[in-house]
Amino acid sequence: MSGIETMGSEATGPRMRVTLTVNGADHDIQLDPRTTLLDALREHLGLTGTKVGCNHGTCGACTVHIDGRRQLSCLMLAAAAAGSAITTIEGLAGADGAPHPMQAAFVAHDALQCGYCTPGQIMSAVACVAEGHAGSDDEIREYMSGNLCRCAAYPNIVAAVREVAGSTMAEAA
Amino acid sequence: MNQDFSPDRAACGFARDIPLVLDAGEAAALRAGARVGISAAHESAHLHVAGAAPYVDDVPEAAGTLHAALAPSPVASGVLRSIDRAALLAMPGVVAVLTAADIPGANDCGPVIHDDPILADGTLRYRGQPVALIVATARDLARLAAARIGPCLDIEPATPVLTAREAYARGDALLPPASLIRESAPGALTAALAAAPHRLGGQFSLGGQEQFYLEGQIAYALPTENQGLRVLCSTQHPSEMQHLIAHALGWRSHQVLVECRRMGGGFGGKESQSGLFACCASIAAARLGRPVKLRLDRDDDFIMTGRRHPFEYDYDVAFDDDGRITGIEATLIANGGHSADLSGAVMTRALCHLDNAYYLPEVAINGFVARTNTQSNTAFRGFGGPQGALLIEIVMDRIARHLGRDPLAVRRANFYGVASRNVTPYRQTIEDNVVAALVDELVAQADYQGRVAAVAAFNRSNSVLKKGIALTPVKFGISFNVPHLNQAGALVHVYADGSVLVNHGGTEMGQGLNTKVAQVVADALGIGFAAVRCSATDTSKIANTSATAASTGADLNGMAARDAAMTIRNRLADFAAARHGGEAADVQFANDVVRVSGIALAFATLVRQAYEARVQLWSDGFYATPKVHWNPKGLHGRPFYYFAYGAAASEVIIDTLTGEVSLLRADILHDAGRSLNPAIDIGQIEGGFIQSMGWLTTEELVWHATDGRLLTHAPSTYKIPTANDCPAALHTRLFDNPNTEPTIHRSKAVGEPPMLLAFSVLLAIRDAIAATGGPGADPDLRAPATPEAVLDAIASLDAIRP
Repeated sequence: MSGIETMGSEATGPRMRVTLTVNGADHDIQLDPRTTLLDALREHLGLTGTKVGCNHGTCGACTVHIDGRRQLSCLMLAAAAAGSAITTIEGLAGADGAPHPMQAAFVAHDALQCGYCTPGQIMSAVACVAEGHAGSDDEIREYMSGNLCRCAAYPNIVAAVREVAGSTMAEAA
Repeated sequence: MNQDFSPDRAACGFARDIPLVLDAGEAAALRAGARVGISAAHESAHLHVAGAAPYVDDVPEAAGTLHAALAPSPVASGVLRSIDRAALLAMPGVVAVLTAADIPGANDCGPVIHDDPILADGTLRYRGQPVALIVATARDLARLAAARIGPCLDIEPATPVLTAREAYARGDALLPPASLIRESAPGALTAALAAAPHRLGGQFSLGGQEQFYLEGQIAYALPTENQGLRVLCSTQHPSEMQHLIAHALGWRSHQVLVECRRMGGGFGGKESQSGLFACCASIAAARLGRPVKLRLDRDDDFIMTGRRHPFEYDYDVAFDDDGRITGIEATLIANGGHSADLSGAVMTRALCHLDNAYYLPEVAINGFVARTNTQSNTAFRGFGGPQGALLIEIVMDRIARHLGRDPLAVRRANFYGVASRNVTPYRQTIEDNVVAALVDELVAQADYQGRVAAVAAFNRSNSVLKKGIALTPVKFGISFNVPHLNQAGALVHVYADGSVLVNHGGTEMGQGLNTKVAQVVADALGIGFAAVRCSATDTSKIANTSATAASTGADLNGMAARDAAMTIRNRLADFAAARHGGEAADVQFANDVVRVSGIALAFATLVRQAYEARVQLWSDGFYATPKVHWNPKGLHGRPFYYFAYGAAASEVIIDTLTGEVSLLRADILHDAGRSLNPAIDIGQIEGGFIQSMGWLTTEELVWHATDGRLLTHAPSTYKIPTANDCPAALHTRLFDNPNTEPTIHRSKAVGEPPMLLAFSVLLAIRDAIAATGGPGADPDLRAPATPEAVLDAIASLDAIRP
């Protein structure tokens, strides 16, 4: 695999050197080979927008994109992401700093309360639309169901995704 | 964007460059200068969507930071004879292994009664109880050592008591039992029960609920000069954390500064129970002289902290031919867990909410808080209120089925009156009752009667799938039951450039408190949202704060902030009149412009002039809720300043072969008074409804029947609602009803009351199950109504079917 170099053992265990490409920039980091992508982003690169929720792939708070596809970063080793294009919530805005349409839609629709799940929701929502899984409210609810929101801002999250998807389907009352 | 002061500029939200999305009415009000009643986006929304809103774990760590983990008890009950730390201390990276003996002050984090050890002191009380505090150079190393605690412990295990019924049978209570009794004459309840034309008795079982705040418990303690600590903590109650930390260290309060910018959800779980983690991080930091962070893993959070109390009920109710209750006796048994925590106040609120929207002429409600060998149960949105009110709704449904009447007709027959039948069991006269009018409006909005007929028609032609529908009302008392907690402080700074900083004692957990308080300040000073900034809750800014709880955050802190802002506004008005002529009372503040004596000047210009004239441009503010009083022994008084109302109609479909339930449609009408922020309030209402629906349908907690392990300790096994559990049709409206009391801009609290709205879902499921039986079928359905519970309830009807 490209971008990986194994190091000798140190007092704290084996270390390896990995090059991660995050939001378009390459980062050379040394880490324990067991380090998850989530911990690498937060603790090695200081990208704390990606959140820790359950740490075993059932809440969605840590969702990022790997080569454009959504991925739970707590279930992926950082080493396995070497060579891929990693996008986090910090990399979603345009080069001019303008918010991504999904970010703007989440603000406009009050699609958040405590905000802790929001980065994961938005990363999932962008992918949901790109996958073509935002054709109706039912479909959005199904394909967004891997991202928990304990505040249950779901009606507004669905509205935000619907707006970005350009879906005009009105659900029968 | 127009950089001059103007209504257009004011139309931006708290993010300077993001225009608000408002309907025409709100947009017009905003242009006219209003800052409340406006659906301003959450003050941090633009940060949240960018991943730029830091929570405690996102704050860059100071050099030398150590990480802590808590080692759990492997048994639910027993004696802890000794801990051999040597093996753990020898593990890589471990710096310290601390036990109860290492706590310099009080080994206690009980918020009311001091019965809650921080670390086990010799008695093991539940499986998962922290027995040792491990500090290491990295979080994983601390957790690895904590996981190896088992062989280090010398334990004499005992048989745990795991259910509330068992503790009740043994008479093992955490607190003295309480009874709320109101009779027209001594013995009147007994007479009413004996003489009633109809009488029903029974039991009901209601599960607990894990808060499942997405951001787990966390505290980060940093030593400061002269024996001090600065503690960043995800907590609803910074002052309580300050006190608990000081007690644990044997310090005074002024040595401890606790700060919370925001929480990733609280829901009551961070009211008292953030204390364990705040204390542990602080004990380690003070002892080692280094910053220490304690961030709980999700599973540890489940097994170490308590949650909404599960309740068991016995009841006996008498009623007439119309279904009108003539007398009721009920016993509420709460599973308190191993320590009292907030259980006393939770039970009081349960007793005071059993009536919900109904007049109970002769009534006795008994509360028993059972001691069990489980996590200590605590606050959760509603704080016992939902557990009290649900019982009476089950009773209403049973009365209707017994009499063969429409459940809504039975409910209406029992509603509190306006001029009579208007005194609660705790002897507070209800002065703001709107429940009948509100329900009438919802019945029309939801076409309730038409849909009852449609559901019946569907059920006649379908044998496997059955539909059910129910409409339930809400009345919820607002104020802390303990009167002295109903106070708040705020601090408003107007800087010489006209920008404004507001700080108050409430905490932001997603409910939009900071947004509402900033709106109140912007309104008082007549300035745009972007001119106002909220800062972190901080015990060094506002002292002796109450928890952000009991739905009172905006009521209390909004009034305190308005008090501070109005003090400054009045000083500015006095100055403006003195400088530019006219009367201070005629000076107008709106849209960043001050109008005085026929001239208009920018708010910032007046502020600059006032500063140079040595006018004080910052002020504190204070508020204490009037009228409330409470007799805690007799359980009577006026515990609530006012009531919030609401109603919901829900329609479900069930699969009678699998027990699967789906909510098809819900219609909600809710009273937020004159809303400070309609968008935020609707978010609270819908969020509370869905969260409560989870409690009553899918969120099942299971403990191992003999060893006391919590088996549902992660989202893999504990099922909270997802987007896909929300109904395709959810219609939510605010009921237009300015508060009769002069609350902040006549608004009403909106955090907890919506939890009662989802009763309609449980009762709709009950209705669908009843449709599988014959006339008068009355299923025995427990909550949560999981598929297993639904199948059991269907079987309960099969068993009695002729």
